[in-house]
Amino acid sequence: MVPISYYLVLSGILFVCGVLGFLIKRNIITIFMSIELMLNGVNLSFVAFAAQWHALSGQVFVFFVMVVAAAEAAVGLAIIIAVYRTRETLNVDQVNLLKL
Amino acid sequence: MTPNPYLWLIPILPLAGAAINGFLGRQSSKKAISAIALTFCGGAFLLALWIAIGFSSASAPYYFDLAHWLRSGDFRADFSFYLDQLSLVMMLVVTGVGFLIHIYSVGYMWDDDGYYRFMAYLNLFMFFMLTLVLAKNYLMMFIGWEGVGLASYLLIGFWFTKDSAAAAGKKAFIVNRIGDFGFLIALFLMIQHFGTLDFPKLFEKIQTYSPETAGVGFLTAIGLLLMVGACGKSAQIPLYVWLPDAMEGPTPVSALIHAATMVTAGVYMVARSHVIFERAPTALTVVAIIGTLTALFAATIGIAQTDIKKVLAYSTVSQLGYMFMACGVGAFSAGIFHLMTHAFFKGLLFLAAGSVIHGIGGEQDMRKMGGLRLYMPWTFSVMGIATLAIAGIPPLAGFWSKDEILAQAFNTSWVYWLIGVVTAFITSFYMFRLMYMTFGGDYRGAPAHDAHAHDSHGHGPGHGEPHESPWVMLGPLVVLAILSLFGGFVGWGNHFEHFLDPVFKAAAEPGMQEPAREAGGKALEYILMGISVSVAALGWLLAHLLYSSRPQLPGRIAESLGGLYKAVANKYYVDELYALLFVKPLVDGSTTILWHGVDQGVIDAAVNDSADAARHVSDEVRHMQSGNLRSYAGWVAAGGALVIAYMVWMGVR
Repeated sequence: MVPISYYLVLSGILFVCGVLGFLIKRNIITIFMSIELMLNGVNLSFVAFAAQWHALSGQVFVFFVMVVAAAEAAVGLAIIIAVYRTRETLNVDQVNLLKL
Repeated sequence: MTPNPYLWLIPILPLAGAAINGFLGRQSSKKAISAIALTFCGGAFLLALWIAIGFSSASAPYYFDLAHWLRSGDFRADFSFYLDQLSLVMMLVVTGVGFLIHIYSVGYMWDDDGYYRFMAYLNLFMFFMLTLVLAKNYLMMFIGWEGVGLASYLLIGFWFTKDSAAAAGKKAFIVNRIGDFGFLIALFLMIQHFGTLDFPKLFEKIQTYSPETAGVGFLTAIGLLLMVGACGKSAQIPLYVWLPDAMEGPTPVSALIHAATMVTAGVYMVARSHVIFERAPTALTVVAIIGTLTALFAATIGIAQTDIKKVLAYSTVSQLGYMFMACGVGAFSAGIFHLMTHAFFKGLLFLAAGSVIHGIGGEQDMRKMGGLRLYMPWTFSVMGIATLAIAGIPPLAGFWSKDEILAQAFNTSWVYWLIGVVTAFITSFYMFRLMYMTFGGDYRGAPAHDAHAHDSHGHGPGHGEPHESPWVMLGPLVVLAILSLFGGFVGWGNHFEHFLDPVFKAAAEPGMQEPAREAGGKALEYILMGISVSVAALGWLLAHLLYSSRPQLPGRIAESLGGLYKAVANKYYVDELYALLFVKPLVDGSTTILWHGVDQGVIDAAVNDSADAARHVSDEVRHMQSGNLRSYAGWVAAGGALVIAYMVWMGVR
């Protein structure tokens, strides 16, 4: 059996990749995908623990996260389209109207 | 007789007049304003007369409860009125003389722009004064007391565009506040000790106490504090300074303040509280001493004044001193008697002086008058009567009351009597000096006055010859002159005293009342009378000598006296002394410590500095809000990392 630490390391790598992508990338779509990456990193650790402790709640949680991610994707993509229609760009550095 | 149920209308009527004129007067015609003011004030007077005619000593004192006011536990203070012989006399004097002054004011103030305001204030003054004298408890008396202060402030500062008038109004109000403070504490003491401020209940309780002959107790404290209040309102040493300045008001105001209302309030209050004072001999002695000193002190200042109204002002202070002297030696009825006669002749003096000022176009300096007997014979004759009355020449009003006071003072101590007689001499001197300077000799004023420096009441330019005043002004003068002539006869055979006996004797401690009159016998009384009359005549003679026969003499005397004369002419520098002792330290202390120190240094600084600090911090922090989405995300990530690091670190520990 694969030890749990392997899963956790992979989960951490996925999450950090998501965070870095979120911080570094300028395209909103890419940022959005980075968020999904973070969510899935977390999901991985959930199922890893669930398998380890034979507890169902972790797997149930993953379903919740996936549902939320799907809803978020729907809303987020809609927002992105709206932003693109008004600003004609997806570069977040140019979407800074809230600046002081 | 059934007690009159309309007693409460007496104060309310002038209040209604004040309200109507005050709120609607601006649009009304002057005739309507006069009609309203006179109707309501005259109505109060007629009602007072009616009540007086129906008054019988058997049913006095009579109470009338109008409405509930304060009820807190056992303590009660209601809007209720109290009528006994004392308040009856006061009520008649206030409404009667007040009404005459109202009539006079119609003539005097007719051309003033603030006519409606003036009449409204006069009515208001009457309301508060009547509340004061008809109150059944000290708290209601205090309303009147404060209200009179307010009305006097409004009236003294009536020409508020003039700095000196505004300042005089403020001074009167502030000095009065000092006295009110004493009065208020006396009220608190009464509530603490007796739990009531109602006259009948309070005096009943106090009567169970025996006089505090040995040592000083709370009755003495109450008495002294009441005296502080009376000193403020009735212009006694050391709080008399506001009254001469109060001459900045229009002359009818001076007459009203000095004759009918306001200054008599203190005397009335002391007389009303006689039950307390009789049981506090120390306080009573203080009253007598203050009164005596004030009488002499103010009279000497009166000698050297050149402003006709200032002379009368100091004369009032001096005469009030007499009243307090009378109260202080236990002769309350004599004090009230003098209060009444004084209301007649002093009201007359002021109104006549107003007539003089009116007639020569606003001049108040006696050195610029003279010879006016030819121009205004009516004013001259009534003022002559008033002067004779105040000097104590028999058989005019002042003689009876002053003689009564002096006789009673002699029974207590010859020192009071001696000072009283000296004061009588000085009084006679300065009053006849005033007469000679104003009416004797030749007219010294400029033929035409353009500048209306003092009492500007809208005479057109080119005010030529001095002229007699119109009849609306002379009428009240004549009535007052008649009262000054014959008003003293109510004291004949001690009728007046016996009339007031139920008030002052009934409540007195039995052993306390000495057989004052009979002690020395009739012979002594006549001797004292003779002395005071001859002293008055002597004062007249001296004034005649100095200001009629040898007019150059006073200047030389003044020169030879040098510093003393200067001190007297400058009112003994009391105002300057007060300014140095109280006003300046207060102003300086407030400026440096309270204003610059506390207000600007602590309060303002705390507010401004914290605001500044907040702004500086925000100035730095606002750069974090760049609008750059990724930097926000960075902050979030950094924050999350911090939290995780913290938890890991704690977990390791």
